[in-house]
Amino acid sequence: MSYIKPKFQHPRLPKNPLGYTRRDYEGSLSTLCAGCGHDSISAAIVDACFELNIQPHKVAKLSGIGCSSKTPAYFLSNSHGFNSVHGRMPSVATGANLANRDLLYLGVSGDGDSASIGFGQFAHVIRRNLNMTYIVMNNGCYGLTKGQDSATADNGSISKSGNANTFEGIDLCALAIELGATYVAQSFSGDKTQLIPLIKAALSHNGFSLINVISPCVTFNNNAGSTKSYDYVREHNEALNRIDFVPIKSEITTEYNHDIVKYVEMHDGSMIKLNKISPEWNPENKLSIITALQKAKQNHEILTGLLYLDNNSVELNDLINATNRPLNTLTEKELCPGETALQNINASLR
Amino acid sequence: MMPTDINDVEYFHKVVDCQYACPAHTPVPHYIRLIAAGKYTEAYMVNWESNVFPGVLGRTCDRPCEPACRRGRVEEEPVAICRLKRVAADNKSDITHLLPTIPTVKNGKKIALIGAGPASLTVARDLAPLGYELHIFDDQTKGGGMMRSQIPSFRLPAEVLDQEVNFVLNMDVVQHFNHYVKSMKEMLETGYDAIFVGTGAPSGKDLPDLPGRWDIKENIHIGIQWLASVAFEHTHSIGKRVIVLGGGNTAMDCCRTSRRLGGEDVKVIVRSPFKEMKASPWEIEDAMHEDIPILDNHVPKSFVAENGKLKGMMFERVKAEYDASGKRKLVPTGEPDIFVEADDVIIAIGQENKFQWIEKDLGIEFDKWEMPVINSNNFSSTKAGVFFGGDAALGPKNVITAVAQGHQAAISIDLYCSGKDLNERPAPHTNLVSSKMGIHEWSYDNYVANDNRYIVPQADKKETLINRKKEVELGFSLGTAFKEAERCLNCDVQTVFTDSKCIECDACMDICPTSCITFTTNEENEDDLRNKLIVPALNKSQDIMVYQHGMK
Repeated sequence: MSYIKPKFQHPRLPKNPLGYTRRDYEGSLSTLCAGCGHDSISAAIVDACFELNIQPHKVAKLSGIGCSSKTPAYFLSNSHGFNSVHGRMPSVATGANLANRDLLYLGVSGDGDSASIGFGQFAHVIRRNLNMTYIVMNNGCYGLTKGQDSATADNGSISKSGNANTFEGIDLCALAIELGATYVAQSFSGDKTQLIPLIKAALSHNGFSLINVISPCVTFNNNAGSTKSYDYVREHNEALNRIDFVPIKSEITTEYNHDIVKYVEMHDGSMIKLNKISPEWNPENKLSIITALQKAKQNHEILTGLLYLDNNSVELNDLINATNRPLNTLTEKELCPGETALQNINASLR
Repeated sequence: MMPTDINDVEYFHKVVDCQYACPAHTPVPHYIRLIAAGKYTEAYMVNWESNVFPGVLGRTCDRPCEPACRRGRVEEEPVAICRLKRVAADNKSDITHLLPTIPTVKNGKKIALIGAGPASLTVARDLAPLGYELHIFDDQTKGGGMMRSQIPSFRLPAEVLDQEVNFVLNMDVVQHFNHYVKSMKEMLETGYDAIFVGTGAPSGKDLPDLPGRWDIKENIHIGIQWLASVAFEHTHSIGKRVIVLGGGNTAMDCCRTSRRLGGEDVKVIVRSPFKEMKASPWEIEDAMHEDIPILDNHVPKSFVAENGKLKGMMFERVKAEYDASGKRKLVPTGEPDIFVEADDVIIAIGQENKFQWIEKDLGIEFDKWEMPVINSNNFSSTKAGVFFGGDAALGPKNVITAVAQGHQAAISIDLYCSGKDLNERPAPHTNLVSSKMGIHEWSYDNYVANDNRYIVPQADKKETLINRKKEVELGFSLGTAFKEAERCLNCDVQTVFTDSKCIECDACMDICPTSCITFTTNEENEDDLRNKLIVPALNKSQDIMVYQHGMK
C-alpha cells in the first residue's frame, strides 16, 4: 500500500515560474527499502521537472514491472501514468507517443524489465528513436524476487549468497549506442548533482534518451564482492564529464576553455554545458565513446556522465511523417477526407 | 561550516522550542501525541510530572510555549498547546494509582512550607515521595494560594483546583490552614530542617498619592484583595458603574468579575497604549467580548467625591512617545481632562511582596527594594536552610514560573538536608529516546494537518454573566482536540545520520513536512550555506545543524 503525504508544506518553499513547489512534483510516500537508490532517482526526477518548469499534466510516466517500475507512484502524482506488463513499457510508450506527441514521455524501467524479459522491446524502441526519456534503475539483481543475478550483473560479481556470476553482463549503454540511441548517459543514484542535469538534458532531447543509473539494491546486492554495491560504485566511478543544463534563452557571457568546455544547443533551444573531465573522449563521436567504454571495462571502471549525444537526431514521428496533432483532435474531416482524396491517392499509385 | 556537535544533549533539547520555553520544561510534543492517540491519562501524567497543575495550567497558563511553537513560523498561529493540556486534564481517568507512593516511615527531616500556593505545593509534591515530613502553612482555609484567591471561578472552577491541590496535600502533608505565620524567628526556633517561603506577592498596589484618594472611605478596592474577597464569598456585589484601573491580567479578571456581580457599565482604563497592555491578548479579547470597553492612554488624575461618596475619576489624556533608546514617555495631549462616572473603582495596577513577618536580624538579607536576596539558580536565601520560591522569590510572575522555581527549591532542600553542595545539581532531565523509525512509522505517527488553529468554544454570554462560577471556556471536544493535536510538527522527532549507512536516498528529506533537511555541499561561509538550503534558513537566531557526510 502507499501512503499519501500530508499536504502541509513550508510557506517559503521556492516556487518555479509556473507557481509550483517541489512538493507539487512529488508522489505518495515510497514503500521501497530504507536506503534504496531508486528513491534518490525519484527525488532527482522531481528536482529536474521542478527546475525545468514542466507542467505536470504535460508528462506521461510509464513503467513495467519491478522495484524500479513501482517508483512512478512516488513522483509526479499530477502527471499521466501507465504501469504496463513486464517488459512491455516501450511498446505502450510507442503507441502513446504516436497518438499524442505533445506530451513528455518518461519511461522508468529496471535491469530485469529492460535487459531480460523486455530486451526485445528495449532494442526496438531505441532503433526507432522514439522521443522519450528512458531511465533504467540498474541494480544488477532481481530485488523484488529476493536478489537473483540479473542480466546486467557483471561477470564475476558476487551475490549476497556468495556465488560469483558466471555469465557476461549486458552493458545497456554500449548496446544503446550500437542500436542508434541519440542520447546515452550513465550515472549513479548516489550522485544526484550529476544525475539531475542529465535528466534535464534528456527531457529536452529530441529523440530517444537512455539514462542507465547504477542504483544499488540495499537489501540484496550491497555486499562485498558485488560490482553494484554503493562502496564499489563509489570507488570505481569515473566521471567522463560533468554537464550543466542551461535553460532556454540564457546568454553565455563567461569566458571558457574550449578544449574542456563545450556548449551544445538542444532541440528546444536550451543548452548543455559539457565540462570534459577526460578531454580525449568526445561524446559526440560514437567511435571515441565506444572505445572509452571498452577501456573502462578493461580497467574495471564505471564510466559516468553524458556518454553520447547526436544532436541532429530525428525522432520517430518525423521519421515516419506522422501527423503533428494528437489523434484525439483529428476530426472526421481529416480522417475521412472523401472520395476525391481517395481518387488522388489511387491515381498517384498507378 | 564545521559539523554541529551533537554529543551535547543540549542541542537536541533546544530545538524542541516549546519545551525549551516552558519554565518547567514540559515535554509538549510527547503529550500532544498521547492526546492524538486518545491516551488522556498518560498525557495528563506527563504534564503532572513536569508542571504539577495540568488542569489549572490548561486553563490559566501564560503559555510561554505558544509564542515559541514552530508552527507559528510556518503559519500565523501556533498549536493551541495550553488548551490541549486541558483536554488531557478533563478527560483523564482516575490517576490515584499512578501517583508516587509516599513512605510511611519518614526520613527524619522536617520541612516547613510557608504559603500554600503553587510554589510550596510543588516543593511538597517533589519532597513527599522522598520521605520528608512536610508542614504547610497558609492563612486561608484551603490550599492553592493565588490560584484560588485571584483566578476567578469562571476561568478556573474550584473542583479542578481542589483536585490538583489535593493530589499534593494527600501525600501525607501536614496542613496548617487558617494559620498566619507572623514570625520567621518563631519558625526558625521550632526546629525545622529547612524552611521554604512561598508566600507570593500578596499586597496589591494602591494609589495613595492620588488627590481625593483618602476622602473616600468606601467603593475603592485593591484588585487582588477584592478578587480574594469574592473568591472567599465575602463580597457578592458591586455598583453598576465600575472603573478598573490597570492593564494586566488582574485588571481583566477584575472587570470580568465585576460584570458578574452587578456591574453593567464596566470600563478598563489604562495609562499605556492598548498594544502595550500587559494582559495576555486572549484575556483582553475575552473581556472585550463581555462588552467591557478599554480606554487607553488615560492617566488617573484624581478621585472625585461628593459628601465623602465616590462620584467618579478624572483622567488626563496622554500619548506615548519614545526616545532613541526606545524608552517610553507618556506626554499629555493637551486635550481637556475627562471625567468618568463610577460607583466603584478597582485598582489593579500591580502587586508587591510583603515580608514584614520576617525579622530583619535573622541573617536573611533584603535588598533596597525590600526583596530577599536570592540565588536565582538554587533559590537559597542568605541564611542557610531558608529557601524562597514563586512570586516571593524574584517578584510576581505566573503559575508555571512558580512551579519551575518550586522544583529547583525542592532539589536545593534535598541537597541541603543531605549535606551536599547546592550547586552540584543534577543535570536537567532530558529523555532522548533513540529509535530506528521506519519512514512509514514516522509518517503514521507524525501526520501534520494543514488546518488553522481551532477556536475553543465558549458558553453563552447570557449564562456566564449571571453566574460567576460558570466556566466560560468549554474546552475542545475530543474530535477538535485530535485535529488540533495533528497541527503539531513533532519537533522532538529528530534525525540523526549514521555516517556509514546514509546513502542520501532522500527519504528523510522527502517526509519532512517543513523541508528542514537539505543535502548539499558544505560552504565556508554560514550565510552561503543558509541561503542554499531548500528553504533558506533566514532566521539567524536559530542554529542550523550541519552534518558532514563522508560520501564522495
